Amino acid sequence: MSHPIVPQKTYVLIFVCLIGLTILTTGVAFIDLGPFNTVAALAIAFSKMLLVVLFFMGVRHSSGMVKIVLVAGFFWLALLIAFTMGDYHTRSWTPAPDSWSNTAPPTHP
Amino acid sequence: MTDAEAHAQHAGVAHQFEDLEQQQEADFLGIWVFLVTEIMFFGGLFASYAIYRWLYFAAFQGGSHILDIRLGAANTIVLLGSSLTMALSVRSAQTGNRRALVLFLVSTMILGGIFLGVKAYEYNQKFVEHVVPGLDWAPEGETLARLAPGGLNHAEMYFIFYFAMTGLHAVHMIIGMGLLLWLVLRARKDSFTTSYFAPVEVVGLYWHFVDIVWIFLFPLLYLIGGRY
Repeated sequence: MSHPIVPQKTYVLIFVCLIGLTILTTGVAFIDLGPFNTVAALAIAFSKMLLVVLFFMGVRHSSGMVKIVLVAGFFWLALLIAFTMGDYHTRSWTPAPDSWSNTAPPTHP
Repeated sequence: MTDAEAHAQHAGVAHQFEDLEQQQEADFLGIWVFLVTEIMFFGGLFASYAIYRWLYFAAFQGGSHILDIRLGAANTIVLLGSSLTMALSVRSAQTGNRRALVLFLVSTMILGGIFLGVKAYEYNQKFVEHVVPGLDWAPEGETLARLAPGGLNHAEMYFIFYFAMTGLHAVHMIIGMGLLLWLVLRARKDSFTTSYFAPVEVVGLYWHFVDIVWIFLFPLLYLIGGRY
């Protein structure tokens, strides 16, 4: 698999974008956006990751096989985080039966 | 023609492969499958971080405020720079410019070394501030005032994540530096050609992956301090 030779200028341009996004995300951390601080930080991190993956790692020129493996990896990571958080968020929705919270061990006649 | 001669014709092709192209496809698929396992490896930490950040929100905010945001941002830029020189290393290998290849590989190592140096300084600061869980946990003064609102035990959890995540990342960096050194030695012996340089590309992919982990660690650890 021979990747085309990408001009040096492209790599430098991507690097400059990455620096810009780093400064942006650092700046946003000093502005109160409420819950959107986390959203903004993750969105910027995700954009930086896309730039690195597509350009530095050259995935835009990669075979379909590599792309499938990569997407599958992220899909599984999303499942891991979504189901774990889903579990923790919903645990308190249905209260546990009273009998479960008895501190005294059940007595057997 | 003997086997040895046939092999010499295709320098760098292992005997189980038909040709260079097939070998390169296998190389790329191999490193990507490995990187996906690494995504899951770090993913476990990111998932547990997500749970505790949610459960101990105030403590994580206090803990993050203790970190030096300037060092974190500077290190991010250093690491992004090392990714640039790594990408340029691969480009130099593609164009067969051995001098530039060695130069960019060494630059990548130097930038990686700077990153680890700053990280070591930050770890030392944590001992100075007594915020090392298990070993030296006795925050006082201003540090204590920052951490107290979220609960000291919960703040300790933040620093456990800080050390576990940055520590695992640093271990990956050190392994990457070793791989880069190996590439430099091989490049100096002239073992790469314009058609055979897969090791440079494979190590490059690993290095960029480690960079991506840091791209997420920086906001999740340094930027959640509520510094407004």
